[in-house]
Amino acid sequence: MTRADAMGLLLALIARLITGAQGHWKGCPPKAEQRIYFANHQSHLDWVLIWAALPRELRATTRPIAARDYWTGGRFKHWLTREVFNAVYVSRQRSDDQDPLEPLVDALRNGDSLVIFPEGTRSNKGPPQAFKSGLFHLAEQFPQVQLIPAWIDNVQRVMPKGEVVPVPILCTVTFGAPVTLAPGEDKRDFLARARAAVVALQPAESQLQTATG
Amino acid sequence: MNQLKAWSADQQVALLFVVLFGLLLLASAAVALLTLRERNALQEDGYERMRRELRAVWAGAVVFWAAWVSGPAGATVLFGVVSFLALREYVTLVKTRRGDHRSLLLAFFGVLPLQYVLVANLNFDLFSVFIPVYVFLAIPVVSALAGDPQRFLERNAKIQWGIMVCVYGLSHAPALVLLDFPGHSGRGAFLLFFLVVVTAGAHLAQTTASRYLRRRPVARHIDRNFSLRAWGLGIAAGAALGAALFWITPFEAGQALAMASIAAAAGTLGELVMSALKRDAGVRYWGNTSSVTGAVGLLDRVAPLCFAAPVFFHSVRWYFQLKP
Repeated sequence: MTRADAMGLLLALIARLITGAQGHWKGCPPKAEQRIYFANHQSHLDWVLIWAALPRELRATTRPIAARDYWTGGRFKHWLTREVFNAVYVSRQRSDDQDPLEPLVDALRNGDSLVIFPEGTRSNKGPPQAFKSGLFHLAEQFPQVQLIPAWIDNVQRVMPKGEVVPVPILCTVTFGAPVTLAPGEDKRDFLARARAAVVALQPAESQLQTATG
Repeated sequence: MNQLKAWSADQQVALLFVVLFGLLLLASAAVALLTLRERNALQEDGYERMRRELRAVWAGAVVFWAAWVSGPAGATVLFGVVSFLALREYVTLVKTRRGDHRSLLLAFFGVLPLQYVLVANLNFDLFSVFIPVYVFLAIPVVSALAGDPQRFLERNAKIQWGIMVCVYGLSHAPALVLLDFPGHSGRGAFLLFFLVVVTAGAHLAQTTASRYLRRRPVARHIDRNFSLRAWGLGIAAGAALGAALFWITPFEAGQALAMASIAAAAGTLGELVMSALKRDAGVRYWGNTSSVTGAVGLLDRVAPLCFAAPVFFHSVRWYFQLKP
């Protein structure tokens, strides 16, 4: 076992100890198919949580997206994202000649699965924001890749904004049924539908909580 | 019987575990044989529940055995972990706010380990007052410093209550194992075993009684099954079990009866309090696998012990004038 593998196991163990990281597979079984998981984004822990909720065999081929300027900044950060998580780096500055989705497209051509947070930023309060169009373009280019919606629940209580130490509170990740792009479907319609598929996975009890604040 | 008395403490405890695991094996085998028969959906449900309960008992027995085998340090760490998991489940279910973050960190990473260190060090005097005195002052201070005045009292009460039940209560279980009874040293495992058997027996008797008696519930909105008659029967069953087991404890038969009824009463009332808490949090079962929290139902299982252990421990310590 390499150092990176050991680090991965340790992180998954910590995530389980702190949050339980329970995966509920409601709409699809955890299978080694090529997939794009897309989820709501509330905290820095979201990626680790999804990753820990996946069965171990799937973790190696499921990759996160990381901002290149931040995650290659320090030696440890770079090592962690490169060796442990095998992240796909994207640059946040948009240059004219390069498609920002290009690294993602390369990864999907490679046969890897991806986890993306289509809101683009973290939304701590209330329902998820509108989805960015990247998901639509990927769905268009890779019709054979399954798009799995996921809802991450409770994680904002584990580590609220501005705190660094997480409090142990149980969280769940609910995976729903695959969403497919209908032939000729409009971008806006598809993104709204995808967002609705994510929101629909929110457990009833936590919906109540969001409503009452 | 006399021959058994001549054995060393370790041998006696070993025998206890051989008997315990033997009984569990028999029970598992019986359930496995029963499931071979054809059955309808309703029976299927019952079997599923039985298997789940049996698994929980197995897990409990293994924890208990591991606690004994690994000595004082191991027992403390083990119950510390159970305590941590129970508190995690509790905090998930009672709704906390952002301002509680620091207080919760203090509870999980400060209070919990310290309390168990005190147990392992046998500082029983400090161990008894550490949480009720020092922590109950510290938690509101940390909360106040977080600067969120909304529902201040309610939030603090939630956290303090969680610490009281999941940490303070449960930490008395390893304390029982480590309690030094004159002329009974090294046999602390028997005391814990006694306590667990009595509370579990009382719980079982009460549930069975309430199913058959169908008396008017005392507090309908909290627990439909809790009636005074069933509760009394539960205590009586616990006391009888305790009296029958007096020979594994340092007690006389009469003392065992009294101690067992105290433990049984505390355990069954603790369950009532826990169901009130559940109702408040809006959950039917802690162990509901489909609930938002994915809680595993640990809290449900340890709750009677959390209430019975401190009462039992302090009754024993006070009555027998034990010095640490």
